[in-house]
Amino acid sequence: MEVPGLFNYWMVVVLMMAGLYTVIARGNLVKKIVGLNVFQISVFVLYITMGKITGGTAPILGGGLALYSNPLPHVLILTAIVVGVATTALGLALIVRIREAYGTIEEDEILDMERGET
Amino acid sequence: MREKPILRVATKLLVPFILLFALYVQFHGDFGPGGGFQAGVIFASGFILYALVFGLDFARDALPAAVRRVGMSCGVLIYAGVGVAGMLTGGRYLDYSVLAADRLAGQHIGIFLVELGVGLCVFTALTTIFFVFAGRNRDLGPGD
Amino acid sequence: MTISEHLPALVVVLPLMAAPACVMLRHPFAAWLVASGTSWLCLLMSALLLRQVADHGAFSYQLGNWAAPWGIEYRIDMASAFILVIVSAIAAVVSLYARASVAHEIEQSRQYLFHALFVVCLSGLLGIAITGDAFNLFVFLEISSLSTYAMVALGRDRRALTAAMRYLVLGTVGATFYVIGVGLAYMMTGTLNMADLAARLPAVIHTSTAQAGLAFLVIGIGLKMAAFPLHFWLPDAYAHAPSAASAFLAGTATKVAVYAFLRMVVGVFGATGILAVAAMADMLMVVAVLGMVVGSAVAIWQTDIRRALAYSSVAQIGYVLLGISLLTEAGLAAGIVHLFNHAVMKSALFLALGSVFLRLGSVRIADLAGIGRRMPLSMAAFLVAGLSMIGVPLTVGFVSKWYLVEAILHKGLWPVAVLVLLSSLLAVVYVWRVVEVMWFAKPSALALTAVEAPLSMLVPTWMLAGAAVWFGVDATGTMAVARAAAAVLMTGVGQ
Repeated sequence: MEVPGLFNYWMVVVLMMAGLYTVIARGNLVKKIVGLNVFQISVFVLYITMGKITGGTAPILGGGLALYSNPLPHVLILTAIVVGVATTALGLALIVRIREAYGTIEEDEILDMERGET
Repeated sequence: MREKPILRVATKLLVPFILLFALYVQFHGDFGPGGGFQAGVIFASGFILYALVFGLDFARDALPAAVRRVGMSCGVLIYAGVGVAGMLTGGRYLDYSVLAADRLAGQHIGIFLVELGVGLCVFTALTTIFFVFAGRNRDLGPGD
Repeated sequence: MTISEHLPALVVVLPLMAAPACVMLRHPFAAWLVASGTSWLCLLMSALLLRQVADHGAFSYQLGNWAAPWGIEYRIDMASAFILVIVSAIAAVVSLYARASVAHEIEQSRQYLFHALFVVCLSGLLGIAITGDAFNLFVFLEISSLSTYAMVALGRDRRALTAAMRYLVLGTVGATFYVIGVGLAYMMTGTLNMADLAARLPAVIHTSTAQAGLAFLVIGIGLKMAAFPLHFWLPDAYAHAPSAASAFLAGTATKVAVYAFLRMVVGVFGATGILAVAAMADMLMVVAVLGMVVGSAVAIWQTDIRRALAYSSVAQIGYVLLGISLLTEAGLAAGIVHLFNHAVMKSALFLALGSVFLRLGSVRIADLAGIGRRMPLSMAAFLVAGLSMIGVPLTVGFVSKWYLVEAILHKGLWPVAVLVLLSSLLAVVYVWRVVEVMWFAKPSALALTAVEAPLSMLVPTWMLAGAAVWFGVDATGTMAVARAAAAVLMTGVGQ
C-alpha cells in the first residue's frame, strides 16, 4: 500500500474514539448528542471505505465499465443515516423538553435535582 | 428579516428551483443517482429556507400540520401498500415484477411508487421536525 | 399463493401499517382499537407460524422474491417462531390493559401517540425475531428502540425524560457497536445473510478483523439486553415509563435482544468454535452469575417497587445468559424457556403494579401498606407472579430454574448451582418484603382510598398470572419448543 494506505481506517478510529469520549465525558446533553453523531459517522465512513475499490467507478449500468465499487455498503449506510437522523431528532426533542422541565441541560445539575426528589 | 430585501428576493427566486430540483431527483431516481430520501430532504430544505426567511407563520400556512401528518402516514402506507399489492397480485411481499403484465414495467412501477412514498414521508417528517423545534423556541421567550 | 404463505411478511408489515392508521385517526379509543386488534392478529399469525414450523420444519420467505444470499430473507425456525409468539402474546395482553391505563396516565391529546408507538415497537421486535439478515436486524432493532425511547418519554413525571435520554444514548451506542460488528464480519465474508455468514466465517475467524467483529457484536447486543455491567439505562427506563409500556418492555424488549445475541453470537459465530476456544463462554458465565447475584441484591434495597422489579430483570437476564454460557443444548433450552417464563411473570407483576398506580398514584413501598385488602384480586395476581419469581414449585419460575440447575449440574459446576440458589434466596427477600407490606401491614391512609382495579385491567393481569401457573404445572409444551429451538441454534456449535 502507498503512503495513505490505511488512512481511512485510522480516521475511523480517531472519529470513533472522539465521539465515544464526548458521549462519556461531556455533561452537556447537546454535546452528548453531537458526540453520538460523530461516533455514528465514523461507522458510516468505515462502511463506505470497505465498499471502495481502487480505480472503480460508480455502479451505474450502461457505462461499459467493468470495475465498479461495491454499492451495497452505500445502501446500508443510507439506511443507517436515516436511523441516525431519527435518533438525533428524538434526542434533541427530548433535550428541549428536559430544558423546559428542569431549566438546565447539564447532566450533573439534573442528577442533583433528581436526587432531591427521591 | 423584514428589512433584508436581498435575502427575501433571493429566496423567492431560489425556492421554486429547489423544489424543481427535488422533483428531478425524485423522478429521475430510477435512471441515475437520486431517489425518495434525497428528494424528500431537498424538498424539505426548500420549505425550511422559506420558513427561515419569511417566518414560521407563513410557512405553516403553506404547509399546515394536518397536511404534514396525513403526508407522513400516507408515505408509509404507500410504501407498505405497494408491498401488499405485490402479494395480492401473486408475488412475494415487495415483489414488483408482478405489478404489471411485463416484468420490467412492473419493476418500474413498483420502485416509482415506493420512492414516491419514501419522498413524501421524508419531506413531511423533516419539515415537521423543523417546525416543532422552531415553534418551541418561541414559547421560551427572549431570555432563553 | 395463499395468505398463509405470506404470514412471515404480514406479521411485520401489519403492525407497521397500523401505526400511520393510529396517527391519522387521532382519537384515543379508535387508535387503541387499531393497536389492540393488530396485536391480537399478530398473535394469531405468530401461532400459525409456530404450527407451520412444528409441522413442516423451518422455512424462508424471500422479500421481493430476491434469492437468499443477495436479497433479504425472513427465516422462520423453531427459535424465531417461539420468540414471535412470546412477543405478540405479551403485546396482545398488554394492549387490552393499555386502554384504561393509558387513559389515566397520559394526557388526552397524546394518547394516540402511545398506541402508534406501541405498534411500531411491536413491528420492530417481531422483525428482529423473524429476519435472517444481519443488517436488517439492526434496522428493526432501531425501529423498536426509537419507539421505545419515545414511549418511555411519555411517562408521568419529568424524570421519564432523563430516563429516556439515558436510554437513547446507551441504546444508540449499543446499536452502533452492533453495526460495527456486522460491518467487520461483512468485510471478511462479503455477505450479510446469517446462514451464509455462518458458513463462511469459520474460514476467516482466525483474523483479528472477524474476532473484533465478534467483540463489537457482543458488547452492542449486551447493551441492548441490559446484561450486567451494561444495564444502567434499564432501572430508570422501567421505573418512569407509563405502566403499560413498562409491562410490555419488561416482557419483550430485553428478551428479543437476547434472541439477537443467540442468533448472531451462538448461531452465526458459534459455528466457528471460537466460543469454546477463546474462553468467551467462561467470561459470559462470570458476567451472568455476577448479574444474577448483584441484580437480586440491589433489588432488595429499592423503595420504588418498579425499580426493584427492573433490577430483578437484570438478574433474570443473568439466568438466561448462564444457560447460554454452558454451551450445551440443555443449558440453552433452559435459557430459552426462561425467556418465555420470565416474560409472563414479569409482565404480570408490572401489570399488577400498574393497577396500584392507577388507584394510588404511587408505587413506593411505604404507600402500599395494606393494599392487599383493598385490591385483593390485583394483589393476588402480584403474589402469584411474585412466587413464580422466587421459583416456587408449580409456577413457571420453578420450571426454568429446575432445568437450569439440572443443566449446570450435568456439567459438574455445582458452585454455580449454589449461586443460582443464592440468587433465588435473594429473590425471596425482595418479593416477600413487598408482599408482606401489601397484605399484612396496617392500611395507610392512602391505601384506604383505593378500590379494586377496573375489569379491563384485571383480566389481562390475571391472564398472565394464570399463564404463570398453567405453564408451571404443565411445562411439556414450552420445554419441547425450547429444546427444538436450542437444537436449531446449536447446530453449528457442537457439544
